[in-house]
Amino acid sequence: MSEITPELVTHLASLSRIDLSPDEIASLTTELGQIVDSIAKVSEVATADVPATSHPIPLTNALRADVVGETLTQEQVLQNAPEQQDGKFVVTAILGEEQ
Amino acid sequence: MAKDKILSFERALELYEPVLGFEVHIELGTKTKMFSSAPNEFGSEPNTNITPVDLGLPGTLPVVNEQAVRYSISLGLALGCEIAETSSFARKNYFYPDMTKNYQITQSDQPIAYDGSVEVELADGTIFHVPIERAHMEEDAGKLTHVGGSAGRIQGASASLVDYNRAGVPLVEIVTRPIFGAEHNAPELAKAYVAVVREIAISLGISEARMERGNLRCDANVSLRPRGQEKLGTRTETKNVNSLRSVERAVRYEIQRQAAILEAGGTITQETRHWHEDTGTTSAGRPKSDADDYRYFPEPDLLPVVPGRELIEQLRSELPEAPAARNRRLKGEWGFTDLEFQDVVNGGLLAEISSTVAAGATAQAARKWWTGEIARIANTQGVDAASLISPENVAATAKLVEAGTLTDKLARQVIEGVIAGEGSPQEVVDARGLAVVSDDGALIAAIDEALAAQPDILEKLREGKVQAAGAVIGAVMKAMKGQADAARVRELLLERAAQA
Amino acid sequence: MSDLIRLSAAELAAKLSAGEVSAVEATQAHLDRIAAVDGDVHAFLHVSDSALETARGIDERRAAGEQLHELAGVPLAVKDVLVTTDMPSTSGSKILEGYMSPFDATVVERARAAGLIAIGKTNMDEFAMGSSTEHSAYGPTHNPWDLSRIPGGSGGGSAAAVAAFEAPLALGSDTGGSIRQPAHVTGTVGVKPTYGGVSRYGSIALASSLDQIGPVTRTVLDAALLHDVIGGHDARDSTSIPESWVSMAAAAREGQSGEVLKGLRVGVVKQFSGEGFQAGVEQRFAETLTLLQGAGAEIVEIDAPHFEYAVAAYYLILPAEASSNLARYDSVRFGLRVHPQGGGTVEDVMAATREAGFGPEVKRRIILGTYALSSGYYDAYYGSAQKVRTLIQRDFNAAFDQVDVIASPSAPTTAFKIGERVNDPLSMYLNDITTIPANLAGVPGISIPMGLAPEDGLPTGLQLMAPVRADDRLYRVAAAIEARLEEGWGHTLISQAPALGGK
Ligand SMILES: [Mg+2]
Ligand SMILES: [Zn+2]
Repeated sequence: MSEITPELVTHLASLSRIDLSPDEIASLTTELGQIVDSIAKVSEVATADVPATSHPIPLTNALRADVVGETLTQEQVLQNAPEQQDGKFVVTAILGEEQ
Repeated sequence: MAKDKILSFERALELYEPVLGFEVHIELGTKTKMFSSAPNEFGSEPNTNITPVDLGLPGTLPVVNEQAVRYSISLGLALGCEIAETSSFARKNYFYPDMTKNYQITQSDQPIAYDGSVEVELADGTIFHVPIERAHMEEDAGKLTHVGGSAGRIQGASASLVDYNRAGVPLVEIVTRPIFGAEHNAPELAKAYVAVVREIAISLGISEARMERGNLRCDANVSLRPRGQEKLGTRTETKNVNSLRSVERAVRYEIQRQAAILEAGGTITQETRHWHEDTGTTSAGRPKSDADDYRYFPEPDLLPVVPGRELIEQLRSELPEAPAARNRRLKGEWGFTDLEFQDVVNGGLLAEISSTVAAGATAQAARKWWTGEIARIANTQGVDAASLISPENVAATAKLVEAGTLTDKLARQVIEGVIAGEGSPQEVVDARGLAVVSDDGALIAAIDEALAAQPDILEKLREGKVQAAGAVIGAVMKAMKGQADAARVRELLLERAAQA
Repeated sequence: MSDLIRLSAAELAAKLSAGEVSAVEATQAHLDRIAAVDGDVHAFLHVSDSALETARGIDERRAAGEQLHELAGVPLAVKDVLVTTDMPSTSGSKILEGYMSPFDATVVERARAAGLIAIGKTNMDEFAMGSSTEHSAYGPTHNPWDLSRIPGGSGGGSAAAVAAFEAPLALGSDTGGSIRQPAHVTGTVGVKPTYGGVSRYGSIALASSLDQIGPVTRTVLDAALLHDVIGGHDARDSTSIPESWVSMAAAAREGQSGEVLKGLRVGVVKQFSGEGFQAGVEQRFAETLTLLQGAGAEIVEIDAPHFEYAVAAYYLILPAEASSNLARYDSVRFGLRVHPQGGGTVEDVMAATREAGFGPEVKRRIILGTYALSSGYYDAYYGSAQKVRTLIQRDFNAAFDQVDVIASPSAPTTAFKIGERVNDPLSMYLNDITTIPANLAGVPGISIPMGLAPEDGLPTGLQLMAPVRADDRLYRVAAAIEARLEEGWGHTLISQAPALGGK
């Protein structure tokens, strides 16, 4: 049986900043439960001696010379902004803390 | 906000052992950002130092700045660290509007540098070895300004404005291991450690490390454990500590605050705390909770960095002297007494004095200005001396004194003017009309005027009563608004008496 | 139907450079075709209003005697996952409706530099999450072979555009089969290059370690020609392979003789058959293997014991990376902004925006990915999946010690009906069983038509996979097989597609 509960889905939704409706939480709890049951089998073969692969092609050292390139104009930067003021993006009040 | 109870520092130390830890972020002075070719520049028009990468636009990808890697390796070496054979990047996931991608590219399992140690000397000569756990590369976030609330504070603001010019600026975060045994010196050690890290960064030429600009930022971790207890106490992380003196004060305050809670039988909440410069206190920030699940995972868009032995050894060979050794050398070169040198170290002014000497001032003049007038103004304003004036301007002022253009008294006014933003020393001299009057004609005229008011004085001088000169010299100096060289006035007055 | 649109890109290019046809004529013919059939197919989300002007420019340059690229003047459809400066880029999502990029994706930039005419942006599953294009926020695309069926996904728009003769060439992206599976169900050719072979810069990221951009065409040679245009190192993509590549078009042309099939060792994965595989698909695959043997190839059964874990690993790695890649859609800098009822903090605005702006499949995968990465679960899920990836690479390495290429059906079934599986994510996910291993290992894969399934008359595709960096081998072999198959049929497979729009 899966460990996916409505509380967990609610927590995950808050971590991922999606204001899920109660209906969505209910249906996702079921669906994710099934999905997780079917994908949990990865741990069967993922033994301690197997290294993890994060990049399919093992390359290293893609480095860039420290040379200034072309920048966007302020107008381009703000071209898709939902709201702007004084050359800056506007967001509504922040209650949380800076990290 | 209720005022915290605090215990006296002495009592706190009797009952508890303070354990410290620091996370220092240093902005690297590269030409471009960590992962994009946008200029890394302070003070530009908002949202102009930006490429699509810095804005996290759909489809963009990061590319690592080679110079930032070299700077980080040099810093790691100067901190006595091992340099990773393979160093890799990770994503730290959390939502915040100053971060364009809502994840920070940082390093997790494989930081560029690890396992170091920094030697810190305290006022009483004690040498402390601060253990460094790691130094890793990451990117800075943008800047938020809060509008509509009181005094730009987050609380009560109705909207925030975001400028992403700083987003993506290269950072190195230096993380210490827990620091034990500082005891009564804990606040001083905190300040001295940050000062040493700052000096290292400046001497490497990798950062301006100006705390008031946020080039160097310190988060101070403090926990207390009852005497005799093995287990570490719960720690708080004080953020936003933007000057050396604040680091010292914040650590002292946290020790006293936590001690009061523990003594009253309370428990410490693991949380971030915000330092308030004005009140000298900290206030509770966000509690650490399971919402702090950063879901680190290897950054798939970036490859590992494998610096290679050759590069590391080359950078090692280019390292400037270690601060402790350099201090010993400088003390000799500058000819400072123990007391004078300690004053400089305590003020965190070594780098400033070095630069001032490099800019042409004598060591004694540099010391005198930095630990004297500038430190005095810094104290009144509650900021670090280094944030007030550039070493070049101090040297320029000292040179004006040496050339006889300024008296010490006038030079103090010049320093004050430069700090007030009136321009370079020469500009302040010109604008305020501060130069010593070296025109003999003007001085003779003033002498004649003074003599006319006190006719008996010439007589006395001729009779050899030299002390009578004082009254005239005083009057001339007053007429010249202090901008005359008193010795020259005296010379001219005596000549005048001999003539008549 | 105009003959121009029936031509392969190579044929059209030949007429263009011979001066028999102008770029304006070629472009107009395809725009006319789009106007005639796209109401039914819905392959395009946006049709360029500057394509004719661009074509005119190409004609002028050609008239002025300028030496142009072989493909100059050939129309190109661009999957909406690729950002473009002259057309909106939405990745099939409401959250990016109307988004205008200040830069072109590298592949688009290179295509434009070669003189290709970008005629429109093609439909896709939202953020490339899906295998049917039903998850597009802008409505489904229909399979030109049977409008009631899916065109595959996520690149159903690009495949359908090419299959419906709305464009000879298209660009796609393949994270777990999004180029190859649509090719399979639409009777077209699709290539997922070696990871790092084609720049991802300007491709709206789904899963960074899996995404690859590639060509979608009607012939192997056309795919190779387009591959040569878009491929090669790009300093803006750190994962781009720095070494240079041989010409894929040269390899494809060389392969057409069939010489390459003599002595070719073709691996057949034991695990890719049986349950879940449609009889007609298996039948066409078996026939193709027989044909290969007849041409002198050797068929070798290979064991890839970890392939059965590929889908599971994929549905951990993809959502995990996607949950992070999609965090930037937060209403602050671009895209949709939704204010919650009664106002709220910026956090509330972000959450309301993402709730309204993302479709159900996107939310499902973001939540799943967030789970796979969260503390306490990372090792069991994401960490394990990354280890499975190693095991799958080892399976490939062992296989390629024995064989030159691996062959399989490109997907287990032919096109299913629109709506049939949309509420059954698990069965949808299993449709990618054959294509996913290549993405996990980074190896290149191609899908070419291998006939119609007898039971439903719908296209099936043959998938070939080669070792990392051996993309040219795929083109050589695929071109040889394509030639043999068409020789046997007496025509191309796509020529059998039903007429559309009554024209
Ligand atoms: Mg930190
Ligand atoms: Zn940091």
